[in-house]
Amino acid sequence: MVWSMIGTYATVFSVGGGLCAIAELLIVRTKLTPARILVIFLIAGIILEGVGLYDYIFDVCQAGISVPIVGFGASLAKGSIEAARTTGFFGAFAGGLVRTAYGVGAAIVMSYIVTLVFNPRSK
Amino acid sequence: MSESSNTIKQRNDRYNKYVETVTPKTSIAKALWHSFWIGGVTCMIGQAIGDILAFAVPTLTVEMVANITSMILITAAILFTGLGFYDVIARQGGAGSFLPITGFANAMASASMEFKTEGLIFGTSVKLFSVVGPVVVNGIVWSTVAGLLNLLILGMY
Repeated sequence: MVWSMIGTYATVFSVGGGLCAIAELLIVRTKLTPARILVIFLIAGIILEGVGLYDYIFDVCQAGISVPIVGFGASLAKGSIEAARTTGFFGAFAGGLVRTAYGVGAAIVMSYIVTLVFNPRSK
Repeated sequence: MSESSNTIKQRNDRYNKYVETVTPKTSIAKALWHSFWIGGVTCMIGQAIGDILAFAVPTLTVEMVANITSMILITAAILFTGLGFYDVIARQGGAGSFLPITGFANAMASASMEFKTEGLIFGTSVKLFSVVGPVVVNGIVWSTVAGLLNLLILGMY
């Protein structure tokens, strides 16, 4: 039990860290901007989910793949695919947003509140 | 004519060499290590929140655990941004601080705070998505494409 947990956390740490290191390497070695790299990883997540590989990776890597932006892309794609296959054509447009609404909603509301409460500080 | 273009080329080469010597050399290995461990620790915190939630509230579905976990991570990152802690992490972390979902939250909160002075409507509300806009737009467009393709190939259940 304890050993399997240590194994899981070690996998999470190395996979999550590895993805971030790859992104950092892309920044250092190429002229890609952070926004482009985010979009590349996001689309990678959508493709992984689209071809059905994401679930197998998630079973092994857990939060190591779901916390980076890859997980956000996969979640969008999963929602869209599920809605498309249950409600048809129109579902594809709503499914991704419905599934990710918890995180996006929290991000917008909390950003707004934090902006009201705190003042930007000079760097 | 060709001679003058040649001298211009030489001058540009010399200038580029000069720029290379003047730009501070950041150690690639160090930057990679920092983003590796900061990204890894962020993911481990996410895993821990999920594990604790699933243990504390066994009735939650796997999906809800994932949703609440990302809400907690996002809220924490935004609070850290407001308090000014996130900048400290981001300065060291590089990709380790922007690739996880916490970086997405930080980008939104910092853009919205930065433009507070221009008003809540034209500042904050307009600029909220100025950094994460590409992620949201591409995410929605390509996930919809994925959904439609899936429907086309596999059909409805």
